[in-house]
Amino acid sequence: MRFFEDIVIGDARVVGSYTFAAPDIKTFAARFDPQPFHMDEEAAARSHYGKLIASGWHTAAVHMRLLVLHNRRLDAEATARGEKSASIGPSPGFKNLKWIKPVYVGDTITYAGEIIEKRESGSRPGWGIIRGRNYGTNQNGERVFEFESAAFVEMRGK
Amino acid sequence: MPRYFEDFAEGHTETHGPKTVTREEIIAFASEYDPQPMHLDEDAARQTMLGGLSASGWHTCVIMMRLLADGMLANSSSMGSPGIEEMKWLKPVRPGDQISARITVLDKRVSKSRPEIGFTRLQIELLNQHGEKIAHEVHTHMFGRRSA
Repeated sequence: MRFFEDIVIGDARVVGSYTFAAPDIKTFAARFDPQPFHMDEEAAARSHYGKLIASGWHTAAVHMRLLVLHNRRLDAEATARGEKSASIGPSPGFKNLKWIKPVYVGDTITYAGEIIEKRESGSRPGWGIIRGRNYGTNQNGERVFEFESAAFVEMRGK
Repeated sequence: MPRYFEDFAEGHTETHGPKTVTREEIIAFASEYDPQPMHLDEDAARQTMLGGLSASGWHTCVIMMRLLADGMLANSSSMGSPGIEEMKWLKPVRPGDQISARITVLDKRVSKSRPEIGFTRLQIELLNQHGEKIAHEVHTHMFGRRSA
């Protein structure tokens, strides 16, 4: 991760893509979101979704995994250039998370995002808070998922 | 009798759980979906702002989801959710914490375009075994109507 001072509002990134297979959708749902339209094709066919769909939390969790792996790649590149990377602190939460369209079996979601706000933390000297807007888009170019994130990022001058 | 939109009155509150969150569950979830040191490794986690191993915020979300699903949605006409207004992660969830969900119906309305669907706005407060609020969430939940 870049240090807080080096992050610019409007900075955009593509973090990665993921294809949702039926066994993966069902396994996630059985653990965390056991509703019929996430678990069983026949029940899903009878629901208003018409087909098996991924839990919205599954869509969100995959974004987090891809984001962490993306940041890890950037950190490795920075290390290779002889540069330091900033630590990322915890997040206070998120806002306006929208599951705009269902994620169906076989859909490939590409996740991207941009920085929308940055400010120095009042309570944690040496840390800033960045806010981002994050998106998921399916293979047909339709946005299926979005939310506004926030996280602590270390300052260079910490 | 399944519960329909009509059965969730404005102001109604119900509490579900607790569910104990184990160290193994915290690490398993983080390994798969949020592989950051503060969620994976006690020594590394001690060096972070959270000061010790804690569950991923997204893990907290699915713990909330499971409590909601088992407690409120299992025998209902739930049609899922279009999204979350806000989720505040207020305190870390530690290994061994026992999490309960206090769910309140804030308000409700029938869909104008699809009258077979009702929208409820649910507030979910997650509480630990000490009664401390560890998360606060508001989302819209869709339920089928009894008349539909």
